[in-house]
Amino acid sequence: MSVQVTINGYNVSVEEGTSILNAAKQLDIKIPTLCYHPDQIVKGNCRVCVVEVEGMRNLAAACCTPVKEGMIIRTNSKRVRDARRTVVELIMAGHNQECLTCVRNGNCELQDLCSDLNIHSVPFDNVSERLPIDDSNPSIERDMSKCIKCGRCVQVCNCIQTVGAIYNVGRSSLMHIAPAFEKPLNQVPCVYCGQCINVCPVGAIYEKNDVDKVLDVLEDKTKHVVVQIAPAVRVSLGEEFGMEPGSIITGKIVTALRMLGFDKVFDTDFAADLTIIEEGNELIDRLNNNGKLPMITSCSPGWIRYIEYFYPEFLENLSTCKSPQQMFGAIAKSYYAEKEDIDPAHMTVVSIMPCTAKKAEAVRDEMKSCGYQDVDYVLTTRELGSMIKKAGIELNELREEAFDVPLGITTGAGVIFGATGGVMEAALRTVYEVVTNEELNNINFTQVRGLEGVKESEIPVGDLKVKVAVAHGLSHARELLERLKRGEAEYHFIEIMCCPGGCIGGGGQPKPLTNEIREKRIKAIYEADLGMPLRRSHNNPAIQALYDDFLEQPLGEKSHHLLHTHYTERKKYELNV
Amino acid sequence: MELRDQIMGIVDEIGNSEDKLIEILISVQKKSEHHYLSEQSLILIAELLNIPFSKVYGIASFYSMLSTKKRGKYVIQICNSTPCYLYKGKEIVNMFEDILGIKMGEVTQDGLISLEYTSCIGACDQAPAIRVNDRVYGNLDRGKIYKVITSIRRGEL
Repeated sequence: MSVQVTINGYNVSVEEGTSILNAAKQLDIKIPTLCYHPDQIVKGNCRVCVVEVEGMRNLAAACCTPVKEGMIIRTNSKRVRDARRTVVELIMAGHNQECLTCVRNGNCELQDLCSDLNIHSVPFDNVSERLPIDDSNPSIERDMSKCIKCGRCVQVCNCIQTVGAIYNVGRSSLMHIAPAFEKPLNQVPCVYCGQCINVCPVGAIYEKNDVDKVLDVLEDKTKHVVVQIAPAVRVSLGEEFGMEPGSIITGKIVTALRMLGFDKVFDTDFAADLTIIEEGNELIDRLNNNGKLPMITSCSPGWIRYIEYFYPEFLENLSTCKSPQQMFGAIAKSYYAEKEDIDPAHMTVVSIMPCTAKKAEAVRDEMKSCGYQDVDYVLTTRELGSMIKKAGIELNELREEAFDVPLGITTGAGVIFGATGGVMEAALRTVYEVVTNEELNNINFTQVRGLEGVKESEIPVGDLKVKVAVAHGLSHARELLERLKRGEAEYHFIEIMCCPGGCIGGGGQPKPLTNEIREKRIKAIYEADLGMPLRRSHNNPAIQALYDDFLEQPLGEKSHHLLHTHYTERKKYELNV
Repeated sequence: MELRDQIMGIVDEIGNSEDKLIEILISVQKKSEHHYLSEQSLILIAELLNIPFSKVYGIASFYSMLSTKKRGKYVIQICNSTPCYLYKGKEIVNMFEDILGIKMGEVTQDGLISLEYTSCIGACDQAPAIRVNDRVYGNLDRGKIYKVITSIRRGEL
């Protein structure tokens, strides 16, 4: 049923139950918000969106007040403007206003709000406390002096990721957001997914910045520095430079990385193709030899930490394949080093990733199988953006260059790793053709694409109907694992990505990040796939050469040593009573 | 194992669904000699109710009647809601701090008495009022405060 309301003198008809905020949008009236996030449950705690409703004594929060028939609403009266200003001024009083040196300078929702509301001074004393910054882990830092207590991070951590590393602590003016007993993040079951970073409206949570370390190593002439970029980076970095979400700028990124001084610019897509060969063969091996099923993908390090903490009983179901990032490092420091006659001790591998958990993955103890740490430094998409800006490179205008060979030769199957369902689709393209020896007529497995939380399908491969499932976002992963535990579902192969939307929605990606933006990036990923001359991993000539010249065979001894890994159960907490 | 058995008993009795959390927290704290919820007890409750530890801690930290820090055997809670606060509340605080030699939020060295604020305890008609463990004392002055503290120290309370 629809209802008629009047907003600022204009009539609009909207569905019953629509919030005042969304009703106003239909009239192109923007009501400012802060705690509101389009992909989250409405919280209504910041009060920035207050409006005047005729007949109501108090102002109403537009985000959580549903419209009623005949409502007369004013979003821009003096009373509303004054109240909004006071609300923001009070928030500012509790906020560490070191804006010029803040990681969010120029891309901060609170800054924008102050600008939009024309706030040039704050009448209240600043009461923000300079607490120690939590930099206890390789991925995420928290500076609670900047926190405005909107609650978005708590919601994403507890509801969307079902991790629950942080929660509201205390009450009233002392309320703050913290792990239990104010422990640092490395002492609680945080998976380092960084989804809290992506929803934080200010600069209270951000990735651990490794840009200076990379700049230093680029200065070091004794080092051969190679860089790899993940699939998702090419469809999102443009947003850091004002481009539309979903702009595909692969060639520009390659040029920029070369200009920054990397000796070789390679592509994680190469390692994604390699992952498909190893993981595809692992699946075939498990299917043929009564191996542990369903096999679950292991590319996403946030997901790996999650299963290690929350579902250790499924660790044997994980593919033993390292993630593409780690496979790349191991191959660069063995095969590539040998081929180019470079001492791996003098080689540095840098990754550009959409991910904060990758920083922690790179320093895992078991990721040193080539004799050296596979990957030395991991930068997020955002960090690469800042590095390019710092170097004065005008990315928007830049010419496009091609990746170096051989670790830059890739296929469309590698590109789609960046979106939820991509690993599954890439694996199916290869597994089908390897098992049946027939060419697939249609290599687009559209049933595993898109933002639906859990996607299922059955794909006939030879005599076997392969049952697959794809989940993204850890609450959906949990839902799927719980169904498996109860015996309500049966699959052969499952893809799980930690972040909603897959890597394009990773915790290291440009902000803001909403589902609308995720859709655009996903669309770009599949466009990039279509633009590739080769779209099946097993057709990649560089991968074929890698096996012919070095690895010999999938799941062989060298593969086992360099490309496969193991997992460890992690305790959420020490319980000794 | 004593703490484990005690908490498991309470959870068995009350139920292990999330909506029972506050009831469980209150019961567990009641059994604690020092009127608090230890880290280990909160972890165990989180485990038994299948709720994140951070959430259990967050909820325990919200209510002034619950404490996650070790308190004295006797907890003196001074009401700081409006009527008590306005009617000599601050003076009462000064007297307690003076007599006990500790500040608000602290515990006496012998671990016997702790001093803290509470929100309204429903004794506005007797302002200024306090609560010691489960008992309420109102219309306080210096003499009454001495009496309360002396009876605590003599073990008469």
